[in-house]
Amino acid sequence: MEVFLQQLINGVTLGSIYGLIAIGYTMVFGIIGMVNFAHGDLFMVSAFVALITFLVVTALFGVSSGVIVVALIACLIVGMFIASLYNWAIERIAYRPLRGSFRLAPLISAIGMSILLVNYVQIAQGARNKPTPPMLRGGLTLMESPTGFTVELAYKQILIFVATAILLAVFWYIVSHTSLGRAQRACEQDRRMAALLGVDVDRTISITFIIGAALASVAGVMYLVYYGVVSYNDGFIPGVKAFTAAVLGGIGSLPGAVIGGLLIGVIETMWSAYFSIDYKDVAAFVILIVVLIFMPQGILGKPDVEKV
Amino acid sequence: MRDTAVVKPRFDAVAALKDAGFWTLVGVGLFLPLIYFQANQAMNNEMVLVQRPGLFFGMLAFIFFGRLLMLLRAATRRPAKPRTGPSLLQRFEPSVQPVMILLLGLFPVLSLLLAGQAGSLKWVDNFGVQILIYIMLGWGLNIVVGLAGLLDLGYVAFYAVGSYTYALLAQHFGFSFWLCLPVAGVLAAFWGILLGFPVLRLRGDYLAIVTLAFGEIIYMVALNWTDFTGGGAGISAPKIDFFGIPFTANDDGFAAVFGLEFTPVYRTIFLYYTIFFLALFTAFVTMRLKRLPIGRAWEALREDEIACQSLGINTTNTKLTAFAIGAMFGGFAGCFFGARQGFISPESFRFIESALILAIVVLGGMGSLLGVVLASIALIGGSELLREFEFLKPYIGDDPVKYRMLIVGLGMVMMMIWRPRGLISTREPTIFLKKRKSISGSLVKEGHG
Repeated sequence: MEVFLQQLINGVTLGSIYGLIAIGYTMVFGIIGMVNFAHGDLFMVSAFVALITFLVVTALFGVSSGVIVVALIACLIVGMFIASLYNWAIERIAYRPLRGSFRLAPLISAIGMSILLVNYVQIAQGARNKPTPPMLRGGLTLMESPTGFTVELAYKQILIFVATAILLAVFWYIVSHTSLGRAQRACEQDRRMAALLGVDVDRTISITFIIGAALASVAGVMYLVYYGVVSYNDGFIPGVKAFTAAVLGGIGSLPGAVIGGLLIGVIETMWSAYFSIDYKDVAAFVILIVVLIFMPQGILGKPDVEKV
Repeated sequence: MRDTAVVKPRFDAVAALKDAGFWTLVGVGLFLPLIYFQANQAMNNEMVLVQRPGLFFGMLAFIFFGRLLMLLRAATRRPAKPRTGPSLLQRFEPSVQPVMILLLGLFPVLSLLLAGQAGSLKWVDNFGVQILIYIMLGWGLNIVVGLAGLLDLGYVAFYAVGSYTYALLAQHFGFSFWLCLPVAGVLAAFWGILLGFPVLRLRGDYLAIVTLAFGEIIYMVALNWTDFTGGGAGISAPKIDFFGIPFTANDDGFAAVFGLEFTPVYRTIFLYYTIFFLALFTAFVTMRLKRLPIGRAWEALREDEIACQSLGINTTNTKLTAFAIGAMFGGFAGCFFGARQGFISPESFRFIESALILAIVVLGGMGSLLGVVLASIALIGGSELLREFEFLKPYIGDDPVKYRMLIVGLGMVMMMIWRPRGLISTREPTIFLKKRKSISGSLVKEGHG
């Protein structure tokens, strides 16, 4: 029971990170119908940006508990800004010119962009793992069993839950209650009609990429805080898992992406706790294949009806 | 727009400077964290920041002047006429093909003559055999991506199936390469069908992701199932022999049997011609299949799936055949790879390998056999050539080989922007009246199948 509870906490933490990345996939897919293959690598880029921001701040002001809080906030803000800038530039350069091109062109371009980002970071920052100084230590002991196993909720896990919850609330408000969100939903339904009615489609798509990137960058900062290490090829596997989460939740659906992320995170940690840790990545891939075959519309998605 | 006289835009210097300045500013944001600073681990395990202002300002200058030049060129260039006919390269494609085959066929002889026995070893093995393996893989994947229009991101899985088939059969049952070859093809095709059967009803992008997941699963199984595959340590496989005669310096070796002096060149040349004929076989089968009803169905499927369905083509079976045949050639290539390396480890079958093969097909022009050849020579030969530039290392402070995949990724993006149909983008009609007229791919309107 204690082990299960601890794994559940870990799973939900991991799931929050996947959920934040998954929103970027699901929104971009909803609005322009492409799988943004480079999204996972953007997550990795933002983790690197956060690492460097953290190092700059601590180099300037020294390391003390007060500075670390400031540094974390700086990481979040700088990370969001830079990641948004990256995604905006990527969309501008690599995806926008392809909007009228053939069906697979944006996906191929995104795969190229993903390879480009990975190798750019590898060359610019080196191929080694980058460990960070520990940012948040300690935690709350929730439960102690007679056998001595303690269920612990680490402060960094609390940080991840809180940050995820706040961001989702803000984000949900934007999508459902502002004119920007309305424009987004209009573009999702019919881009040409939205343009005819005066919605600036290009701008709306750009903003969608920016929001997706900002959320992915929060996930990147959380990843850095949680694992304390980042490497240039850390984007691929979380990216595929987050995509799995988006598909599982129903692609195009925002709550679906979060639910999918949490599910994938919990399934993965349970799998490694009770079955085999070697095959933990296989678990996510198997879920992806099974969901796509038997439930392609996901948990909350709408069935994909193709009009001729 | 096209009917009215296009007013030639004047070059607006102020606007251009503003635009270039804007992109430079974007560059500051993009490169300040990742290029200006580098996070490095110092000796005492602490992270330290290294500052690289030279590189950073160099990149910014590159963006500024690059953008300015782009704008200048856009303003001064004559408005491009939409091309109706085939391009120069396409016009000469029929005559280029035999020349290409001849050149590839004579390559070992030429390099022997030019570089001598010891020197030719590197050229034939590192360049020739390597490029031909990728040509074969590219042609195999071309059936799936180029002809049938199914984006397969896990093609390397079938390559892995072929390799492991060879290694395991040869190790446990003593099968020879030629016996393993058909078995590897059949097994790879079988896996192709097994994977394809459930997933081929999916839409294009979903299919791509599922094949990617499948490729990764095969990789992880190869990595973790240590009893069967040897895990990360890999598995050794016997090296190729000449129909039972090994290429060794022993008395029963190839050189001794034929009364020749022993050199490793024979083995390399034999490898070269084996993969050369395997690749030619792939091309031959592809060209023949294109004329069969199934080949026409593939191309029709690529252009418009819904139209295909309404004309009574069984899309699932058609896709499945493409998948299986493409996988079969991947299996052949994998079997050859095992026999060439003599050692197989899961690291040869990572996603990046699939991406590289896909890049070859995409850059070459989907569906074009010659394009795949050109793209493999450029990509694989080019990255092998980068190794020759090691002497540059002190000047750029980096190994030039590291830039290989960066260039590949950049190439894929640029190709999609400028020539989405690839280097060679002809669409040759398979049925024609009196005269075969190939048209430029950019004129082919595509359905949204």
